[in-house]
Amino acid sequence: MDFATFLIQCLNALQYGLLLFLISSGLTLIFGIMGVINLAHGSFYMIGAYMAYALAPFVSASFGGEFFSVLVLGLVLSVILGYLLEWLFFSYLYKREHLQQVLMTYGLILVFEELRSLLIGDDVHGVNIPPILDVSIPLNDMMTYPLYRVFISSVCLLLCIGMWFVFTRTRLGMMIRAGSTNREMVQSLGIDITLLYRVVFAAGVALAAFAGMISAPISSVYPGMGDGVLIVCFVVVIIGGVGSIKGAMMAALLIGLVDTFGKLLLPQVAGVLVYVLMALILLWRPRGLFKV
Amino acid sequence: MKRTPPGVVALCMMIALLGTSSSTWADSLGKLKVGFMLPATGTFASLGTAIENGFRLYVNEQGGKIAGREIEYVSVDDESDPSKATDNVNKLIKRDNVDVIIGTVHSGVAMAMAKAAKESGTLLIVPNAGAAAVTGPMCATNIFRSSFSNWQAGYAMGEVAAKKGHKKIATITWKYAAGDETIKGFKEGFEQNGGTVIKDLNLPFPNVEFQALLTDIAALKPDAVFTFFAGGGAVKFVKDYAAAGLKKKIPLYATGFLTDGTLDAQGADAEGILTTLHYADNLNTKRDQSFRLAYAKTFKLQPDVYAVQGYDAAQMLGIGLNATKGDAKNINGFSQALLATKIDSPRGPFTLSSSHNPVQDIYLRKVVGKENVVEGIAHKALSDPGLGCKM
Repeated sequence: MDFATFLIQCLNALQYGLLLFLISSGLTLIFGIMGVINLAHGSFYMIGAYMAYALAPFVSASFGGEFFSVLVLGLVLSVILGYLLEWLFFSYLYKREHLQQVLMTYGLILVFEELRSLLIGDDVHGVNIPPILDVSIPLNDMMTYPLYRVFISSVCLLLCIGMWFVFTRTRLGMMIRAGSTNREMVQSLGIDITLLYRVVFAAGVALAAFAGMISAPISSVYPGMGDGVLIVCFVVVIIGGVGSIKGAMMAALLIGLVDTFGKLLLPQVAGVLVYVLMALILLWRPRGLFKV
Repeated sequence: MKRTPPGVVALCMMIALLGTSSSTWADSLGKLKVGFMLPATGTFASLGTAIENGFRLYVNEQGGKIAGREIEYVSVDDESDPSKATDNVNKLIKRDNVDVIIGTVHSGVAMAMAKAAKESGTLLIVPNAGAAAVTGPMCATNIFRSSFSNWQAGYAMGEVAAKKGHKKIATITWKYAAGDETIKGFKEGFEQNGGTVIKDLNLPFPNVEFQALLTDIAALKPDAVFTFFAGGGAVKFVKDYAAAGLKKKIPLYATGFLTDGTLDAQGADAEGILTTLHYADNLNTKRDQSFRLAYAKTFKLQPDVYAVQGYDAAQMLGIGLNATKGDAKNINGFSQALLATKIDSPRGPFTLSSSHNPVQDIYLRKVVGKENVVEGIAHKALSDPGLGCKM
């Protein structure tokens, strides 16, 4: 590997790491901060991707603005979905055991998969990259780099900074963090914790769906796409330390690095490297890199 | 106790009497129980539907009967999950007592099915899974395949790539049975004709983060790239390959699964890709046209290679059972009849090898617009070596 190739591979690792943070950001919120084990995270991601595909014809017919209008509409719909789900199902789960959360969210996966199959079908679909971003930057004589990937990386950085700011520097973030430590106490201080959690949950679902929508043009849209991301999202949150946004970012970048160079240097064991990394980190720091 | 009204008893007796008086021997065997073990959920669900549709189309064309026996269908969703495969196949064999099993798509599941069928002696026709072992070490008198072996399409493309004058080729695939076996076939075909495979790149199934390996390909600068991917992975690979700027510099060759059922999603990025497979979108034979028309009319869908494989599984069942007068237990008679017959498939006629895999023409196809257009025959009557098969 010459130096230029090495640099490109580092860029690949960075970009994959940022993408991982993006798709696990919703889980960081719901599992990491609210403490609900949410196996349906992958389904929310899938719903987002399918919205990017299914809403596009409708949006271009009635609003115009193509991809970015789809993003906005999709975000609104997913906030509504999250709000309803919390109200109908999750609000009963905070005081129950974790196993019941696992069962219910697993049930949701099955329901969403079946609905997806009934409504859209089982074929593979593509989503077009918005024309202004459908450009490639030449890297060397052989390779080019799609501008859309750079766009995703910058969205991801902004998101990370935004989340970190809200949770550590604002009153809202303070209330949420307090609520995750002691619900009753926060309630007795006069804060409407039920509403607060409903909103945070809705934001978590919206983040997962947003990740699905924004990565749909590069990942394509296919049945079972949520299952693939679910495990790696949990790995990101656990390595980073449950509840830490900074930790999730570090973990995502680390996994991006290990995965990229693992595939190149140790292809035989590339599939398990990420889990070996998780095991080692948990041996060294049982509560993750940045425990809260 | 509730007594059955005498009228009903009389009616039953009359029906029974009528039945015996007009029955042939096949009727006395009762209904033929066909057990579908196909994916109804998950990534491969649409493939399962196509196979089942194809099968039913042939049965309908025969007036709903095979070898004079009415058909009763039993279905199990295999979920493409190898860990549940043994339980699922035993449901069909032991609980439902089926006469023949049709399945499946996923190679890992098909291996478990072959093992169970070998032990119980139940007829098994595999309508997709290309695992070498099914007609290799696991082969048996009662196990047949109506589709392909992974080796076949890979081998044919190896020859094509060598004839195009490429010397150094890199391969890229998922690290699992179908990927490995396809690459092995390609290597054999390519290296026997003077080429060299300079590097085998692979990533764990079903990982779709290709960027690192694409960068590696750009650094290696091979004459061409050969690949095996399918479904969502195939779409993403073709798009990423083009987005990385490699499509213009290094030609991409693949087996047909890269561009079958995925062209809508791949769009212009797939244009011009050459693939090999035992079927194509416009064969322009009478047989294929009538099949496609009937399929489109019945199911309001365009047929694909999976539908053809399902249709041929039903044809094979028909040929075998006609020879044994509908007796699904006469495995030797069934097998001898099939081996002696040319099967009139929409893909073109094929025969079965001694290890029960189709000996078939492999087409060279080129992506033009939204179709895989035939460029010619890459290898006529290609037979899988069936290594390790002892019958």
